[in-house]
Amino acid sequence: MTPARFSISRFILCGCSYAVVLLMLLLPLVLIFTEALRQGLHTAFSTLLEPDALAAIRLTAFVTIIVTVINTLGGIAAAWCLTKYSFVGKRFLIMLIELPISVSPVIAGLIWLLLFGQEGWWGNWLTAHNMQIAFAVPGIVLATLFVTFPYVTRTLMPYMEQQGRDAEEAAFLLGANFWQTLWQVTLPDARWALLSGILLTTARAIGEFGAVSVVSGHIPGVTETMPLHIETLYNGYQTVAAFSMAALLALCAMSTVVLRTLFENSFRKQPS
Amino acid sequence: MAYSIFKTNYAYSMPPDGFICLPMSFLRRHTLPGFPLTFGITLLWVGLLVVLPLIALVVRPWQDGTATILQTLHDTRVLAAFRVSFSCALCAALLDLPLGILLAWTLVRLQPPGYRIITACIDLPFAIPTAVTGITLATLYGPNGWMGKLLAHAGLQIAFTPAGIVIALMFVGLPFLVRTIEPVLQNFPSEVEEAAFLLGATPFQKFYRVILPAILPATLSGFGLAFARCIGEYGSVIFIAGNQPFRSEIAPLLIVMRLQEFDYSGATTIAVLLLLTALICLAGVSFLRLRLSRGLIMEEVK
Amino acid sequence: MSVTLQSFTQYAPGSSRKILDNINLTVEDGAFIALVGPSGAGKTSLLRAIGGLSPVYEGHLLIDGLPIGHSDLPKRKTGFVFQNYALFRHMSVARNISFGLDVLPRKHRPDRADISARVQDLLDLIQLPHLAHARPDQLSGGQRQRVALARALATEPKLLLLDEPFGALDPIVRRTIRRWLRELHDKLGLTTILVTHDHEEALDIADRLVVMQDGRIVQDADANTLNAYPQTPFVMQFLGETLEFAGEIQNKHFIPEDTDVLPFPVTENNGKTTVFIRPSEVRFVAHKGAAHILSQTRNPNGLYHYTVKTTQRTLDITTPVITEHAEDEKFGLDISQGKIFPNIR
Repeated sequence: MTPARFSISRFILCGCSYAVVLLMLLLPLVLIFTEALRQGLHTAFSTLLEPDALAAIRLTAFVTIIVTVINTLGGIAAAWCLTKYSFVGKRFLIMLIELPISVSPVIAGLIWLLLFGQEGWWGNWLTAHNMQIAFAVPGIVLATLFVTFPYVTRTLMPYMEQQGRDAEEAAFLLGANFWQTLWQVTLPDARWALLSGILLTTARAIGEFGAVSVVSGHIPGVTETMPLHIETLYNGYQTVAAFSMAALLALCAMSTVVLRTLFENSFRKQPS
Repeated sequence: MAYSIFKTNYAYSMPPDGFICLPMSFLRRHTLPGFPLTFGITLLWVGLLVVLPLIALVVRPWQDGTATILQTLHDTRVLAAFRVSFSCALCAALLDLPLGILLAWTLVRLQPPGYRIITACIDLPFAIPTAVTGITLATLYGPNGWMGKLLAHAGLQIAFTPAGIVIALMFVGLPFLVRTIEPVLQNFPSEVEEAAFLLGATPFQKFYRVILPAILPATLSGFGLAFARCIGEYGSVIFIAGNQPFRSEIAPLLIVMRLQEFDYSGATTIAVLLLLTALICLAGVSFLRLRLSRGLIMEEVK
Repeated sequence: MSVTLQSFTQYAPGSSRKILDNINLTVEDGAFIALVGPSGAGKTSLLRAIGGLSPVYEGHLLIDGLPIGHSDLPKRKTGFVFQNYALFRHMSVARNISFGLDVLPRKHRPDRADISARVQDLLDLIQLPHLAHARPDQLSGGQRQRVALARALATEPKLLLLDEPFGALDPIVRRTIRRWLRELHDKLGLTTILVTHDHEEALDIADRLVVMQDGRIVQDADANTLNAYPQTPFVMQFLGETLEFAGEIQNKHFIPEDTDVLPFPVTENNGKTTVFIRPSEVRFVAHKGAAHILSQTRNPNGLYHYTVKTTQRTLDITTPVITEHAEDEKFGLDISQGKIFPNIR
């Protein structure tokens, strides 16, 4: 293996990698912004200020906040429970928590219709009591909850597993109760992993399309989230408006990626 | 004196010593406090949001009798949709395989200038909403898109054909492969490679005989994850697929269409089948992975 | 604060294997005892049980004569120092030390000024007065060890439990901290239980040694008793280098299998047995056997090291006693100082 051949093979491999990243990942990203700015920055912004677009942004923000809060709390409880104790059925519980990742988003929407839809188990009861979950905001929240279910636990668990139980036991022996141990010892230590998980949940919640599409009913201005609004605009040949909204979502996604990289670097740097 | 700031002395409370009664023992077996609370929250959270709806999914098709299930299963359109979903997902995952290994290798070993940007880019397909991916790829590979025009010169049509589906799924599946292979490559001891080099292995032999077997289990689970994800993918595919029945109609789309026709049991049957396919693939892959890694450990012991 | 365990038994989680098997132990108020034994003997399990970290057990655990359920454990005023110190990584040294005070219920909590005064006192005590704002990862091993101790001491425990506290320290720091810990124990009137696998450390620091093997207590005595009257060959072997000589007792005399070892009178009855002896207790008796010295060296620690060849085998003997035998001189081995354990062949 001569140095010259090595550098040639290295050159070829790196070149291939650049090509893959450029063609597969960066080109679509560039296209989003080109299409959005086709008629100038001003037009792009004004499409985002249309009433339906604003309603979609508001709804997405609302759903995302609720979903992130619920799944973060549940995720912390599950991560604590699964890493600090040993009990029968632990692996099964982990499997259940990770299950939503492999469920098609369409199914994630469908299951809520089976429970709360007109034809569903409790549909009639809900109608009788004048409540609506399917094809309304609660349904969207439920579908998004299912889709973003495992992310906090999944990022938090490996980190907490690696930390062990010593710090918690020490805190407990020093007289701390459960809440004090959680807030002052465990979570501050795992904060970067937690933030990374929350961010991932948020990103997926903002962008969920398939599941929400099934349960939402597509009423513009009422039950349309940002991704659904993009679909409506795109199918209505309002390309600039669709891509402006897409660019907004892509910006969110990009900042998520950058922030997560920063967080993960910080928790990898901590000595264990 | 420093040790006298405490005025309080705690009285010892005295519960009966060593008492164990059955239901309590489960809750009291743990020294750290908070087990009943966190376990309860976890069960409630998992039960309401995952288990309950999935029970509904599994039970629902039987409510209208087995006849409707069989009818759905015999529908050639359903079978065709499954074939499209399955083959496209497989193609995409297989095509992603070398790309995933290449990118992981580049990121871990070669680290060319700008590899941090590449690392960040790998996560993009995971973070970008599927609908955005969908309309972007449809425009990019569409008749008037940058790539579409380019490929049209070569006589290739991507958008609105199964090839379009594969392209979209490749985009979606790539991060799964890179992200599972990367840590294994990172933890691969360089001594082993150096030993192979000193024993006279050519770079190709080194890769093929030493590195590939080591990263195979991880590659396989990355492949499984990507495949399971691709088989259920909806948002990024429907815009580029064209959705012609029997040709480029995917199974998840068929679920949506059945729902729009209010054929709940039909939709649910397809959904259960789709979910089962994904789960069986995942289980198969993890089984294979176990076998493979066990083989590796055995070799190490020898 | 005294600790009493009565027929204390603990099982490995999910199996019927006993980690601790019928432990009976009393630690008087103000005692300094060391739990010693090879790894896997159950030392740490026993310490964790006393600390209240093992909720499921059979038998009784009494603190100051009172049975204690594990739920009110923090109120027992126990200080525990973990093997890897378990310092809170995201907190400064001062916050680590004051943690036990910060988490007290408001009505029992000393005010801020008292807490910081106390932290400063403890920092002075552990001789790290300037490191209040340092983070645990900026400290050396010995410093971390002392911070862990200060953290355990902040709540004024009466009982101090230490799990291999010197494990990760270099020999010099080890010795200093060992001495310092003993002084601290005496100054504060603590009851201290220390887990270690190093018998020399235990002999050096503790009043009493509890030797454990396979989840049982083999012997519980002070250093002199252990040396003079070890209960089992294991205790003897664990406490220092031991030579074994197989042989037979006939008519109240021990007849070794090795012909170059001299017989000696014993009180035990006839039968096969083994004599266990410290190398330094072996004496060379000139002209009574065919043993001779193959090589001899003087170790830097002042001990002499002889390699002795008898007709049957080669022995390594390290002893502070110098012998005048020349390398080619023949002699016999006198092992009459050795011990015979009944039922051990």
